[in-house]
Amino acid sequence: MVQSIVLSGVAVGCIYALIGITYNVMFSASRVFSFTAGTLGMLGGVLGSLFIARMGIPVALGFLFVLAAGAILGIVTEIVAVRPVLKSLDQHLYVLSTLALALIVQQFTAIEWGTEARPFPRLFDIARGGFDQQFWLPMLACAAVIVSLELLYRHTLVGRAFLAIAEDTFAARALGLPERSLRMASYALAGVIGALAGFAGGEMLLAFFGNAPLLTFYGFVPVALGGMGNNRGAVVAGLLLGLFQQTANFLVGGIFASVAVFTVFILVLLARPEGLAGSAFQRRV
Amino acid sequence: MMDTSAAQLHSKRAHVLASTSTIGPALPFLVLLIVGVTLPLFGGGYWGVIATRACVYWVLVSGLNLVVGFAGQIAIGWVALLTLGAYTTSVLAAGNVAPPLSPYLALAIAAVVGAVFGLIIGLPALRLRTFYFAITTLGFATIVTQVALAWQSVTGGGVGVPGPIFPEPFSSLWGFYYFCFGLAALCTWMTANVASSRYGRALTAIRDAEVAAEASGISKPALLGTVFLFSGAVAAVAGGLFATLQSYITPDAFTLDLSILFFIAILIGGRGSILGPLLGTVLLTVLPEFAAPLVAWSTFLYAVLLLVIVLAIPGGIAEILDYKNRRPLESDRAIVPRPDVLARLFGPLTDAGALTLEQVVLSFGGVRAIDGLDLEIRSAQVHGLIGPNGSGKTTTLNVISGYYAPQRGEVRLNGAVLPVFARHRRAQMRIARTFQTPRIVGGASVLANVMIGGTIDGEATFAESLLSLPRHRRDENMLRDTAMLALAAVGLERLSAVRADRLQHSELRFTEIARALMLRPAFLLLDEPAAGLSAEEIGRLGALIQAIARAGTGVLLVEHHADLIFDVCHHITVLNLGRMLAAGSPAEIRSHREVVNAYLGG
Repeated sequence: MVQSIVLSGVAVGCIYALIGITYNVMFSASRVFSFTAGTLGMLGGVLGSLFIARMGIPVALGFLFVLAAGAILGIVTEIVAVRPVLKSLDQHLYVLSTLALALIVQQFTAIEWGTEARPFPRLFDIARGGFDQQFWLPMLACAAVIVSLELLYRHTLVGRAFLAIAEDTFAARALGLPERSLRMASYALAGVIGALAGFAGGEMLLAFFGNAPLLTFYGFVPVALGGMGNNRGAVVAGLLLGLFQQTANFLVGGIFASVAVFTVFILVLLARPEGLAGSAFQRRV
Repeated sequence: MMDTSAAQLHSKRAHVLASTSTIGPALPFLVLLIVGVTLPLFGGGYWGVIATRACVYWVLVSGLNLVVGFAGQIAIGWVALLTLGAYTTSVLAAGNVAPPLSPYLALAIAAVVGAVFGLIIGLPALRLRTFYFAITTLGFATIVTQVALAWQSVTGGGVGVPGPIFPEPFSSLWGFYYFCFGLAALCTWMTANVASSRYGRALTAIRDAEVAAEASGISKPALLGTVFLFSGAVAAVAGGLFATLQSYITPDAFTLDLSILFFIAILIGGRGSILGPLLGTVLLTVLPEFAAPLVAWSTFLYAVLLLVIVLAIPGGIAEILDYKNRRPLESDRAIVPRPDVLARLFGPLTDAGALTLEQVVLSFGGVRAIDGLDLEIRSAQVHGLIGPNGSGKTTTLNVISGYYAPQRGEVRLNGAVLPVFARHRRAQMRIARTFQTPRIVGGASVLANVMIGGTIDGEATFAESLLSLPRHRRDENMLRDTAMLALAAVGLERLSAVRADRLQHSELRFTEIARALMLRPAFLLLDEPAAGLSAEEIGRLGALIQAIARAGTGVLLVEHHADLIFDVCHHITVLNLGRMLAAGSPAEIRSHREVVNAYLGG
């Protein structure tokens, strides 16, 4: 019993952490928190089920299609909801524009895909065991994303340019960095990570349009607790959140788990709006 | 003498204008009232349900409008309060936990519960910025639905509970409609009262110009807290009515779609308007009924609408309806201050003594922005503060205003130490200020902007303003008269009815001064008031500043225009790198060798 709680807790925590990283990657490039982060996760599950289970596309190809779709939604977010309002002095506009886009995608999914949760296909044809693929897939995805981001930011020119933009947009632009392309690339990258989170966690979360607001909220909790733009903080906070939620679910039931998570979230935000771990200007990754 | 009577005439005329123009804005509401009352004559039963629903929604949206439209807080999860109100009313009326209560009593209790939760959801808004607050309300909405689903013994879980049934005469379809319509009309009236009160203006100031709100003595926590209480209460009442209308409620009835509908109704209507969001609510409730195939797509379309509005018409319906403010303004309008009005505006000022800085030190990291500064601003004198960029002039203003806590030294008002960080309390001490970049509520009229400056002089409580009781009306008349005088003093009374975002830069600067004058300040801090003004305007500004000092106010003038400084100041302090380079009379400064070399370039 303990084993399954820990496994599912860590797995769910990995999904939250990945959505948190999605928020962070978009935030680093534009100082914008986008409501589409959870929507990307939802789409990862729904499109995976659509491509693989319903249309019968091979798993590997379907996986690539899902990631591509995530990248496209990321770029669309940048073009439609972020770029037009970035210059505006009115800080709240991006909240509304990304919310609108997230709702458009979510509602479209609800209408075209249906409002019921549908099963997500099993990706590998192996027997169910204790340490099942539905648990290790999100963990693997999370580890892969962390390692790749680390390599990207540390060892590639593009990654360094991302960091430069995140650190100081104006200075980066003055240096001649193509700020707009880098921002679009960041959004595409965020889209891939978000879709990957939903795809890897598809079996646990199912292909369900209602996952969008849930992931938008629970995926933001790690960001808020871990410090905005801080991916390490997001991973740690995401894992803790997942473990706490699953444990509380099992011990005292769902109501308490949700209320407790919400209360902790609000209290931490009120006490330390910059997050438990560090400041807004900490290095990313 | 003649000028004074002219000012009197002007303010009288403003009165007349204001009283005749109250009919104009009220006209659409009267039309809606007549349509609403006579509705049963036109439509069949189904339209009664739709109309009732529109009324119920508006009861909630009217309160939410104060939060979103006026205070500018992005509360997207307000459906949580509808849910809470619906369940509280239904459960109490059905007697799931206690003996069944009368539906009216249950509704009243729901209002109290809603007010408390409105405050709880709202409190984070005091510390959290836009996105954080939005997501907090979203999280709350998610959790309330989960609790409703899981707490089976009380809420019936997925099976639900029956909604309360109101006794005769409100049990029939149209009877219940009139009940809801009455409440909707009441909410319209109450929120319109608040909107046109000092509370409504203070909310828009918090939304668009928070620092100016603080400088005018507006306490954000107290005001937002009150508004959240009110908004939560009406939302919960709407929930109770919603439960009756549905006749049976399950958690499924309270989707986020509803929240989005409420929120978008306000944005479509336009921020800072009552009529716009009212029309928006009616429109969004009724539209899907005209096109049945669209019902499934309605939330999708709302979302598209939201995106279009944000990107294309941020002003919403209210801006489209605001035809008055599309008439072009005269292009060659001059600002002609009338300093003689100041005596009437200020009345007898008591001598406030002096505002002093003693050995103030403030550093940011390793940079000493202010390094041991002494300063004394006496009443009825103009004290000039000059120095190159980065010499600590604005920082000094911000220390006096309480934005920074000095590491050493003190700011004293007449001997008593000023509390650090209690920024909105500066206004009570009659310390007013303007800002380097004018902080103005663009969507409000010039008059309303100036009236914000007098917020602390009103006496009516929020509840009195809701119900438009005599003290509220007296406040409004007093503030309007004072504001017209202040506008006359700075020379902008002809523009009083114009939307502030249509003014030129120089006019905004004088508007800010008028707003500061509303406090009848003992001390007035002006942060580069001449920046961006023409030479002629600078001359008039100088005369105005001198007149303000003659009326008894101590003025601290931070400026780059040396001519203005030497013309109007009694005493000048020159700063360099946070330290005092020189201090003395204009004549002494003009001949100070170091100052001339370093700064005046003589």
